[in-house]
Amino acid sequence: MIQVLSGQLLIGLINGSFYALLSLGLAIIFGLLNVVNFAHGAQYMLGAFVAWMALHYCGIGYWWALILTPLVVGLLGIVFERLCLRRLHGLDPLYGLLLTFGLALVLEGIFQNAFGISGNSYPVPEALQGGTNLGFMVLPRYRAWVVLVSMTVCFASWFVIEKTRLGAYLRAGTENSALLQAFGVNVPLMFSITYGFGAALAAFAGVMAAPIYQVTPLMGSGVIMVVFAVVVIGGMGSIVGSIVTGLGLGLVEGLTKFLYPPASDVVVFVVMALVLLLRPAGLFGRQR
Amino acid sequence: MSAGRATSVASMWAYALLVVLGLSAPFFAYPVFAMNVLCLALFASAFNLLLGYAGLLSFGHAAFLGSAAYLTGAAVKLWGLPIELGILAGTTVAALLGLIFGALAIRRSGIYFAMITLGFAQMIYFLVLQAPWTGGEDGLQGIPRSKLLGILGLSGNLPMYYFVFALFLVGFWVIHRTIHSPFGQVLRAIRENEPRAVSLGYDVDRYKLLAFVISAGLSGLAGSMKALVFQSATLSDVHWHRSGQVVLMTLLGGMGTPLGPVVGALVVVGLENYLASYGSWVTVITGGVFMACVLSFRRGIVGEVLALMKRSF
Amino acid sequence: MARIKRNLAVTAALAFCVAGSAAAQISDGVVKIGVLTDMTGAYSDLAGPGSVIAAQMAAEDFGGKVLGKPIVIVSADHQNKADIASSIARKWFDEQQVDAIADLVSSSTALAVMPVAAEKKRITLLSGPGSTPIAGEKCTPYNVHYTYNTYAMAAGTGRTVVQTGGKTWFFITADYVFGKSLEADTTKVVVAAGGKIVGGVKAPFPTTDFSSYLLQAQGSGAQIVGLANAGADTINAIKQANEFGLTKKQNLAGLLVFLSDVHSLGLATAKGMYLTTAFYWDRDEASRKWSKRFFERHKKMPTMVQAGVYSELMHYFEAIKAAGTDDADKVMAKMRELPVNDFFAKNGRIGADGLHRHDMYLAQVKSPEESKHPWDYYKILKTIPAADAFEAPDPACPLVKK
Repeated sequence: MIQVLSGQLLIGLINGSFYALLSLGLAIIFGLLNVVNFAHGAQYMLGAFVAWMALHYCGIGYWWALILTPLVVGLLGIVFERLCLRRLHGLDPLYGLLLTFGLALVLEGIFQNAFGISGNSYPVPEALQGGTNLGFMVLPRYRAWVVLVSMTVCFASWFVIEKTRLGAYLRAGTENSALLQAFGVNVPLMFSITYGFGAALAAFAGVMAAPIYQVTPLMGSGVIMVVFAVVVIGGMGSIVGSIVTGLGLGLVEGLTKFLYPPASDVVVFVVMALVLLLRPAGLFGRQR
Repeated sequence: MSAGRATSVASMWAYALLVVLGLSAPFFAYPVFAMNVLCLALFASAFNLLLGYAGLLSFGHAAFLGSAAYLTGAAVKLWGLPIELGILAGTTVAALLGLIFGALAIRRSGIYFAMITLGFAQMIYFLVLQAPWTGGEDGLQGIPRSKLLGILGLSGNLPMYYFVFALFLVGFWVIHRTIHSPFGQVLRAIRENEPRAVSLGYDVDRYKLLAFVISAGLSGLAGSMKALVFQSATLSDVHWHRSGQVVLMTLLGGMGTPLGPVVGALVVVGLENYLASYGSWVTVITGGVFMACVLSFRRGIVGEVLALMKRSF
Repeated sequence: MARIKRNLAVTAALAFCVAGSAAAQISDGVVKIGVLTDMTGAYSDLAGPGSVIAAQMAAEDFGGKVLGKPIVIVSADHQNKADIASSIARKWFDEQQVDAIADLVSSSTALAVMPVAAEKKRITLLSGPGSTPIAGEKCTPYNVHYTYNTYAMAAGTGRTVVQTGGKTWFFITADYVFGKSLEADTTKVVVAAGGKIVGGVKAPFPTTDFSSYLLQAQGSGAQIVGLANAGADTINAIKQANEFGLTKKQNLAGLLVFLSDVHSLGLATAKGMYLTTAFYWDRDEASRKWSKRFFERHKKMPTMVQAGVYSELMHYFEAIKAAGTDDADKVMAKMRELPVNDFFAKNGRIGADGLHRHDMYLAQVKSPEESKHPWDYYKILKTIPAADAFEAPDPACPLVKK
């Protein structure tokens, strides 16, 4: 029994770290730009597909894709922000949500037309194949890699935003962008880069996911609801919040899958409703 | 003053025209399509009451539409109730759900409110999926259409259409009265400047809750109608895509205008039917329309028309 | 004025009479087939546009006409939603003179459309849905359940795997009607063949991450892990099973796997898996010939669902020809009377319950080394005769004579 439970908990942690990585981009964009980026799921999907296309059409392998893909998608994000999102600055955040929702539909529709629905297979890179037998389960080497990378990227993002000058500018921009601009900081550029960074993080998570899950056009919408719940529970705007919640959710979900699997889909929403009723701004959020 | 008179005369003409259109619709459009539009138009109008007038964005309105659809279906098919009681049952359950969800969600505002409603809707989806009597993935099929009040047969498309149209008019009238009443004015005040409304002594939470319950109940009425029109209730009625669809209809037609959602419903359902043969291009086009609306046509179709009219007068 | 009116009335009456009598032969002067399928959702690769192409090929190969009247193919996307399917079907029957609806691909849409068709006396030709109650308690007199059902899939894979030594089973089931039906049918067959079910877990539908369930499967120690799911779920489960080393000690049995799934997984991941199929493109010369023609138009080899659409439509056209009319009752009678013998099925017979009983094939997925040309994915191990593949008519269906 202990054996089985340990295995499930470990899997829960692995999934949790992936959730944390996945939610990071959304938390950053909401925290710093006050935009609910509904296109996050589609950008995740875009990342996975760009990596796949890079492999199939250009022979570019996994390691290069890890760097190039986020750059490509991040750039696309910056363009989108400049052309479209900027126009909604100052309006009700509802509009940003709806605009990005529309973008998600467009991206998913295009890829569905181009690639069909069954999706494509992306191979696990050679260096990360195989697994270690821990006794109570076989831990695939790739999954251990996912945990390592997720935790590193999460920590790095948190560090940049909370502890560096750039991060301070970003946070100041949220509080009072006019004043910051008066100090000579190019605030619009900063906002574009922030959005691009959030999109790049989503795409990075997509590349990490490609070897494990089938690369399909709808992989984003399968995951977006959970990501939203994670960010909301953690507190919209708190990086630490979404990291901790991501991990926690992985564990809770893992336990549910073991005890009562049919509820594993909905347990995150139950938790979300409970948290929001007791702590209105989320676990780590600040009241705005 | 005269501009106000002009718009109210114009709106009277608009309503009259729409009633005439509605009465004659089954003769130039496929009745089932027209009934679908009516149900979703009522759904969008109910949603608009909450969003356009009270300023509350709910992401989980499909829960009310769908739960009423399933309840009415079960009442009529499994418990053998007559059609009037079935509709009453569905609407009441939706209003009750609205009361429970609303009471809990109203405490928060903005995006948090939206996320709580989404969370509740997902829970309803899960309950519907798991309950044995709903048929799960297959849905509740073969819902019978009994005779109205025991005399009027509703199995033909034509009598059913007029029944649905009558119910739609009732629902729409309730919304209209709500909007153009002192209650509606207070709602608008709350949307414009909530702290001010509070300082004037209004119990803001009670107003919001009442608006939520009315909106949920009428969404339920729309759901009950839909279940009887299609004689089935399926998971797509409680899925979050349906919640997204109603936002699109309201936004496209014009939030905060009484007729906007009706127009929006007509356009969206029309597009879906028309583009059905184009496969996934429907998704792309819907997304594109969404984006265009948000970027340039925030007032929606009716909103833009009204603005044009105001400019020319 | 009165005379003109009267003449008009007489002419109109005559016109109706003429039209009416022509209608006794082929209604509305055209044989219209509606291919109602999933063009954008989970089943679009195994049916979808490929099914439409198969239908068009059938119309062309039959000469474009039946009894002198043209064959017209229309199609629509039901997006896997029962309400959309039922409203498109209604519209087709009420306004567009569609005589028969083909494909439908998912059980929930099929169950929604069948009663609509029965009410209006039009025919449904199902290729793709698998639920056994379609020919059981939900049967209608105007329905043909053509390509496969969950029992046929279970019988082939389940029975044979037990016979080759896979006695203990653990199920990973998609928690919805179809998955549960698949699990129930396979359990029946496995137990009857002397096997044992040591455990199972129900995963929500759809699921992307199976790691937790695979771990439970490994923990059970069962020899065979049965995947009672389909589409993306199956693909993800197989991929992750490889990842977690499950396939080193245990074997996977895919209870519903299509050619399109294997294609998207790749042979390296899917090799060695047992599956049952109603059709394989490379089985014999006739199937190869037809499939190559299909490939030219679709750029992918046909799945059994798509080949089934072609075959069922050809059979439908033959039945109209033999009956001399497209009246639904007479055509259904002929479809049950005439056997099916083409590249798709040998000795196929449609029973009173609408179920098409034909031979099925047990296949195993080749390894990358064994595959010699593109789409060379299966080796056919065994032919399962129709009597073993399908159950006897279910007395729950009122059309079955007791």
